[in-house]
Formats: sequence, structure tokens, C-alpha cells
Amino acid sequence: MTDANHKVEVDEATGTETTGHSWDGIKELNTPLPRWWLYIFYASIVFAVIWMVLMPALPALPFTNSGHTRGLLGQSDRVEVMAEVNRLKAERSAQAGAFVDASLEQIETDRNLQQFALALGESLFGDNCATCHGAGGRGAKGYPSLADDVWLWDGTLEGIETTLQHGIRHEEDDDTRNSAMPSFGKDGLLPRETINDLTEYVLHVSGQDAEEDAVARAEPVFQQECSICHGEDAKGMRSEGAPNLTDAEWLYGGDRATIFETIYNARNSHMPAWSDRLDATSIKALAVYVHTLGGGE
Amino acid sequence: MSIMNRHGVLERHSLLLTVAILVAVSIGGIIQMVPLMYMDNTIEKVDGMRPYTPLELAGKDIYIREGCYVCHSQMVRPLRDEVERYGHYSLAAESMYDHPFQWGSKRSGPDLARVGGKYSDEWHLDHLKDPRALVPESIMPPYEFLAKKELDFDDIQGRLKTERLVGVPYTDEMIENAEGHLIAQADPEERGYDYVDSLFDAYEGIAGREGTVKARDYDGDPTRITEMDALIAYLQMTGTLVDFSTFEADDLSNAR
Repeated sequence: MTDANHKVEVDEATGTETTGHSWDGIKELNTPLPRWWLYIFYASIVFAVIWMVLMPALPALPFTNSGHTRGLLGQSDRVEVMAEVNRLKAERSAQAGAFVDASLEQIETDRNLQQFALALGESLFGDNCATCHGAGGRGAKGYPSLADDVWLWDGTLEGIETTLQHGIRHEEDDDTRNSAMPSFGKDGLLPRETINDLTEYVLHVSGQDAEEDAVARAEPVFQQECSICHGEDAKGMRSEGAPNLTDAEWLYGGDRATIFETIYNARNSHMPAWSDRLDATSIKALAVYVHTLGGGE
Repeated sequence: MSIMNRHGVLERHSLLLTVAILVAVSIGGIIQMVPLMYMDNTIEKVDGMRPYTPLELAGKDIYIREGCYVCHSQMVRPLRDEVERYGHYSLAAESMYDHPFQWGSKRSGPDLARVGGKYSDEWHLDHLKDPRALVPESIMPPYEFLAKKELDFDDIQGRLKTERLVGVPYTDEMIENAEGHLIAQADPEERGYDYVDSLFDAYEGIAGREGTVKARDYDGDPTRITEMDALIAYLQMTGTLVDFSTFEADDLSNAR
């Protein structure tokens, strides 16, 4: 220290000044911060000031309503990300131009188009569809497998595209695929015994063991109540999304209890419409991807 | 000597030191407080944002109670990959009625800022009950009990009042009808029928556009209003309120 009252004392062993304080004979060395450290510290303060001028920093200048300071560089994460996304879109649409107008045959025969669709479709499927339909479209109870050739509504490329665009029973979309299975038991449309009989009937047509008397009793009921959608031969009807009951492929399960539950409570599952979330190219790529998963028609 | 040795002066005068400490600490404080005074500058002007309906608010409380925010963020950052995956980056306006906000800082699970409308109600129900039934690699715990537990909403009026106290623009009418509105959103066809119009008028009115309120039985159990109803109603709303067709991302006042 340089003030006059303080006599500088130098420690003999280290050659460093002491602070002049002494506790029980122990003296404190006045070791200065290393200069290199100190200079970096000052430099970072200077850097912060420069950064404040160059980059958006203050929420608003005092006494103004000007919004935050924009900085001399005019940097904005939001502007940057939109530019980045738009650049990506432009890059894709250069490739996608031919793709959007191409028919299925063209896509499936043109190697470039096909690769484009499958690459885009696969990543989109993982982000958006696999959550319900499972990785690779393997499906789950109540969520149809997309990897087989059983289709509830439509397995053509155009059909899959329509389903993706408008969803299934998606209230907010007027063009959505729609049908409603009645809750025969819950709403009291049929007595419980009749539903038991119908359960046997469904077991019978799907090739499982069933009680013959019950099947016979259920036959006229099925023709009257169920055949409108599921068909007289119980082979389903695509226009209503009514599944084929004879193919032993089940969305919810083909055992006695599950079939009873299905008839009693009805099943009317939903799929959201994707046209608000995904653009036309993405939806078409997804349709192609799903079409190639297993049983595209 | 140089200025570097002047700290001795502070160290030797306790009053001077106290004053200097106060100055240093208040700089830190001011840096945290001043931005709050410019909140109006920070929040974008958008169409469609509205206070949460009573059912959504109850769902949000369950979301917080169950600690969903520990693993799920609600903040799509302005990065290309995030925008590609989740949709439009999140706006400050979208969490202006969140007290506290649910931005989160950890993503063991995916971001939920735009999960509203992405999946069906059935999916949310099945997935909340047993996540691994649908996503085998998931490490999310099951929340089946929510479907069994009836929602306790005796205090819903008080909840809305509290939100109003911290700046959410609930009207007297919304607070008065909170219970009716809550029932109407979860059971619009029967018990809540009388309040459906009032619910839509109040909340879509303040949002300034239609389609921002969805009333239906969310949990597939029309006989009861469960905590599951509330949580799914909340999740199905997240990220759907702001009308992005009128949001001017290029406008300088929206640049960040």
C-alpha cells in the first residue's frame, strides 16, 4: 500500500509485501492477482460493453417505448430460423416439384422420387405417426397396424393421403372420414342376451369356436342391425370404415370378452387431421411411406 | 500506485464498504427487475390468445402437481430442427397466462408446447394410463389413477380469482360461472348443457376467434369428471390458441 500511514513490510521468505495485519504473530501476505488473470477480467468487461452495442441487449431504452435495442448487427434468432427453414423448404420444393404432381406409378418407378419420398416419409413418420401406430407402423390395440394389407378405409395411395389430410372422425374437418358404430348395449339398443348371441356370431364368422344355437339366433339380428355397415357376409365395408369380421385380423382383440365389449360400447376411434400441421409435400411423402410399409394397394 | 491497489481504501472503511456492497448488489437486482417493467414490449401482439378455461386450468394444476414439467418442456426454441419437429417456435405471448410458466429446462420426454390436437383423446388416455403399451421404449411413469380420481373443483372460483390477481384477464362473469363452465367443457351434452353457450361466448369472445374452445368428454367416461378429463383438456389446448396465420414474424417488433 502506498498511503503514508502504512509502512510496507516485506516478508523475508517470499519477498512479498504483507498487509500489515498480524494475528498471533501470523501475518497475511498481500499477494496481488496474477496480471494475466486481471487483464482477461478487464477485457471481458470491455467485451460485454461491445457485445451490448452489437447485439440485442436492453429490454428498452429508458423513457421510450421503442422495444428492445436491436444492436448494430441486427441479429435475431427468429429471423435466422425462419430464413433457415425457408431455405430448407426451397431446397425441398426444388426436389418436390415433380414429386407433388407425380402419380403413384411414377413415384414407384422413378428411383429419385421414391428415395425422396421414403427419406422424408420415414422421418416424418417417426415424429408424428409412430407415437400411435408404432415404429414401422406395427400398430397397437386400437391403433391399426399399417404394415399389413388390412385396411379399414382405403389402402390406395390417394386413400391414405385423404386419411392423412382429413383424419378420421376429426370433428373440426368437414371432409373427415366419418361413421359411427352405435353402442348397442350402453345405449340400450339391444338386450344383453342378444349381444351375447352376436358375440358368438362374430366368433363364428371369424372361424373360432362358437355356440351354434346362439349363432342361429343372432343371424337375423346381424342382418338387420350390423350388415348395413359390416355387409351381409360380414366382410366389412370400406366406405364406412367397417372392418371385415371374417379375416381374424383384430384392432381391439378377437376374444369373446373383447368382442362383447366392442358390441356393447362400440368403437369409434379418432385420428387427427394433419393438413394444418404438415404441408402437401410432407403428407404425400408420408402416404408413399405408409403405402410401402406393407400392404399398399 | 495504480487504480489496482485502491481497493485498500474500501477495505479499511467499513461504511464505504457497506455503500459499495449495496451499489454492487443493486446492479444485480436492477438487471433482474427492469425487464419486468418493460413486459409490454416483450410480449408479442397476437390474435387468439385467451385465459385458460376452468377445466384447462384444473388440468394445468394437475400437470404441475404431477411434475410433468420435470421431464417435458413447453418451449419450441427458434432452431431449425425444433421448428421442423414441433412446429412454430414458441412466443412469449403463448405463456403470458401461465403462472408459473411451463417452459421447463429438461427434455427426458418430448416438448409439449404444441402437442394440442396432435394426437387423439383416446391416445392421451391410453398413453397416460400405460405409456409402454403404445411406446415400448418410453420411461414415463403410468398415471392411470388420474382416470379413477374425480376432479375436485370446489375451489375453482378461487383459482380464477387468484389468477386474476396476478394479471390474467378473467371477467366477473367467467369467475361467477367457473363451475358451470368447467362442467360444460367436460360434459357438454348433459350436465353442463346449460352452460355450453356461456362457456363458448366467454372464452372464444375474449380470444377473438372461433375454434379455440373444445368441449367434449375427454376421458371416455361420460359419467364422471375425472382428473384425466382436466389433464387431457389442458394438453389438447396447448399451443393451439395463437392464430399464426396473422402473426407477422417479419415485423421488427416481433424479432428477438
